[in-house]
Amino acid sequence: MKTFIRATGNISPQRTFGKGALLQDPVIQTGNQLRCTEPDYLKYIDAKFIRRMSRIIKMGTAAAMECLQESGTAAGFTNPDAIVMGTAYGCLDDTGIFLKKMVEQNEEMLTPTAFIQSTHNTIAAQIALLLQCHNYNNTFVHRGFSFESALLDAIMLLEENAAKTVLAGAADEITAYSHAILSRFGLYKRETDSNNLALYQFFSKGTIAGEGAAFFLLSNEHSEQDYATLDALHTFYKPAGIEEAEQQVKNFLLAQSISVEEIDLIILGNNNIEKEDAVYFALSNSLFKNTTCVNYKFLCGEYPTSTAFALWMAINIIKEGSVPAVLGKPTPPKIKRVLIYNHYQNIHHSLMLVGAC
Amino acid sequence: MMDLKRQIVEQLNLQHIKPEEIGDDQPLFVEGLGLDSIDALELIVLLQQQYNIKLNNAEDGPKVFQSVRTMADYIKSHQA
Amino acid sequence: MYTKSAAVYVAGVGVVSAIGNNAKSCLQSLENGEAGIGPITLLNTIHKNNLPVAEVKLGNDELAAQTGLSPNASRTALLSMLAANEAWQDAGISNAGHLRTGFISANSVGGMDKTENFFAAFLKDNKSGRLKDVVNHECGAVTELVADGLGIKNYVSTISTACSSSANSIFFGARMIKHGMLDVVVAGGADALTKFTLNGFNTLQILDKEWCMPFDENRRGLNLGEGAGYIVLVSEKVAAGISNKLYCKLSGYANANDAHHQTASSPEGAGSYAAMKGALALSGLQTKDISYINLHGTGTFNNDISEGTAIRRLFNPPYPKMSSTKAFTGHTLGASGGIEAVFSALAIKQGIIYPNLRLQTPMQALPFVPERIFQKNVAVDHVLSNSFGFGGNCSSLIFSKL
Repeated sequence: MKTFIRATGNISPQRTFGKGALLQDPVIQTGNQLRCTEPDYLKYIDAKFIRRMSRIIKMGTAAAMECLQESGTAAGFTNPDAIVMGTAYGCLDDTGIFLKKMVEQNEEMLTPTAFIQSTHNTIAAQIALLLQCHNYNNTFVHRGFSFESALLDAIMLLEENAAKTVLAGAADEITAYSHAILSRFGLYKRETDSNNLALYQFFSKGTIAGEGAAFFLLSNEHSEQDYATLDALHTFYKPAGIEEAEQQVKNFLLAQSISVEEIDLIILGNNNIEKEDAVYFALSNSLFKNTTCVNYKFLCGEYPTSTAFALWMAINIIKEGSVPAVLGKPTPPKIKRVLIYNHYQNIHHSLMLVGAC
Repeated sequence: MMDLKRQIVEQLNLQHIKPEEIGDDQPLFVEGLGLDSIDALELIVLLQQQYNIKLNNAEDGPKVFQSVRTMADYIKSHQA
Repeated sequence: MYTKSAAVYVAGVGVVSAIGNNAKSCLQSLENGEAGIGPITLLNTIHKNNLPVAEVKLGNDELAAQTGLSPNASRTALLSMLAANEAWQDAGISNAGHLRTGFISANSVGGMDKTENFFAAFLKDNKSGRLKDVVNHECGAVTELVADGLGIKNYVSTISTACSSSANSIFFGARMIKHGMLDVVVAGGADALTKFTLNGFNTLQILDKEWCMPFDENRRGLNLGEGAGYIVLVSEKVAAGISNKLYCKLSGYANANDAHHQTASSPEGAGSYAAMKGALALSGLQTKDISYINLHGTGTFNNDISEGTAIRRLFNPPYPKMSSTKAFTGHTLGASGGIEAVFSALAIKQGIIYPNLRLQTPMQALPFVPERIFQKNVAVDHVLSNSFGFGGNCSSLIFSKL
């Protein structure tokens, strides 16, 4: 069985939502956070529903609706047979609002809206509610594996033939509270005068925070409009060191019966953090040294579900057949096979193999 | 009642509605404004926060919140 | 490359709840009709004397001593570790190092018990509050404390779909085994009581100020509980080597969405109906084959009529025996699917039926009445376990005798 990626919708710090040339006009922001470029939500979500949606729910829902609209025809689209998604932080804004009121009002006169909107599966649930979709619905909340687990769930459903189409995606947001707290863990650059395009100019102890919501319509049946196929997915947890990580990459390729020479483009989740990202440099100088490698986190920032952005980028590059100038590398002779390799804090490593149809 | 309408719009995040668009006798629930059970809970808190009125019996909710006018009447008759 | 497994078996169980710190003591309480509900002692809250809850009768220090985790760890992690470890030891799988093992857990608010304490200081000054209190805030971070403690790393993930969370983690783990990706999975969930959840549910006005009465005509709401429940799932190949230790098979499962309202279930129980129907279809069983239904039965007006209606629509008389064990354990949110899966597996292995405590007046709208007494030496061949959560997330699991 093959997993076809038929449609997509992506709200990110770049101009990725709606029709437009792929990453032609990169968004440049100074500082250590990249916030999303957001659409007019009323175009995608009825006003009656919007009032019950915080920012991340709107982002997720709009990305999902854009994806579904792309998958359909002028007459409309059919509901997916399943909705699965990943979110590491969940609905932070409402969590923060409820906590704040709880503390400041000493547990008195609290209201339900922020509480019910804070539950992690609210985004997937709101999408189902909007669509009146009674099918399988799941939300994974496992840090840097949240999106990958959702993808695995989708692939299994398609293989089981329990679904012919699955809406699979991910969403994570930055809020003032979360940024303040995560900053204290030293995750982000202290230098605030440089911009995201300069992320790889020099090593830093931290990176740039990011956020985004991306959805894909996966199917086990081919269609004319497919972007690409998701040929393989593998995750590994807390590798002992660079050697183990390299071995996992080699084993992954072996399991797919392909050699690295057959890979046309590699997308890496490099943040340019000296020790933490050593594996990317090691691989770029060994196994990957003869393959075109590009980075993606300077475009979307770092967040646990950023591989959704990488996958969006991979399928668009395959569809266009060219590498956008902003990635700084020439287009290889052909783009039939793209490998995505990312890790989150060197704990959650993931590999995806994406192919042209 | 205009103040009450403003408070309702704010409490329930009715972004697409202006306070003056809500009719005094317009049904708030099911039809009309189409509010639901969560909104009812929000309105109970609104009464407490803004008017210091505690709706002791949640079952009275549908009667009290029938329209802006019924809410205003309730507030008037229960304010100290 | 890897052989797929046609069936998935339950090889071990572990549970901690308000009625016992392990499977044996929970069973004892279930047999004695002793609920674990009482006043709040663990949380510093204004609701302390108003809302009964079902607390696990172990403090964090005791949990830490028994699990080897730090006493400063989130209580969710402590409860999770205790039950997951019991399940793992119970399964007693030797040679586990050569087997591909996964840990699929679930919880609703992660390490919120520590985060809510952090917030008080943080709100006054965003440089204050101890970072140690939020380092494991994320749902997945809590899971990893336990995965690392158990030494499981082939696959680790976490699901959060409110009250159906751990039912979903169980059948996700089962499917990974069926697809030949893993040989063994420890699956289930945990949740600790927090002020966040207590206050959140209170704003919804669905908490009972007295001890809850699930499926009673005059029920008033739910009592929040806490705990953790895990089962160890194994492939056919692994099961063949430990056949004397197996409890039952996981023969059916399904998830469907009510898509009716953010928190309330539809009157006709559309989501519940579809979940139960789907689980039956997968298991190949008929409704008449079900010996016992472990109801979601929270005791709220809405859930019980919705679930009851769905059962009335799906089943025909004579109806299977059924009960809600939440009258014992309270509603343990993210842990409920896991805890009730453990109870279901034990029901089959030991041939027992649990009572639905404090049922005085059966619901008029329903043509069946939950069991009111504990029964032993009963043939329990197939158990249907329901878990329905906010966001219309409805899951049903079916466990079957070997």
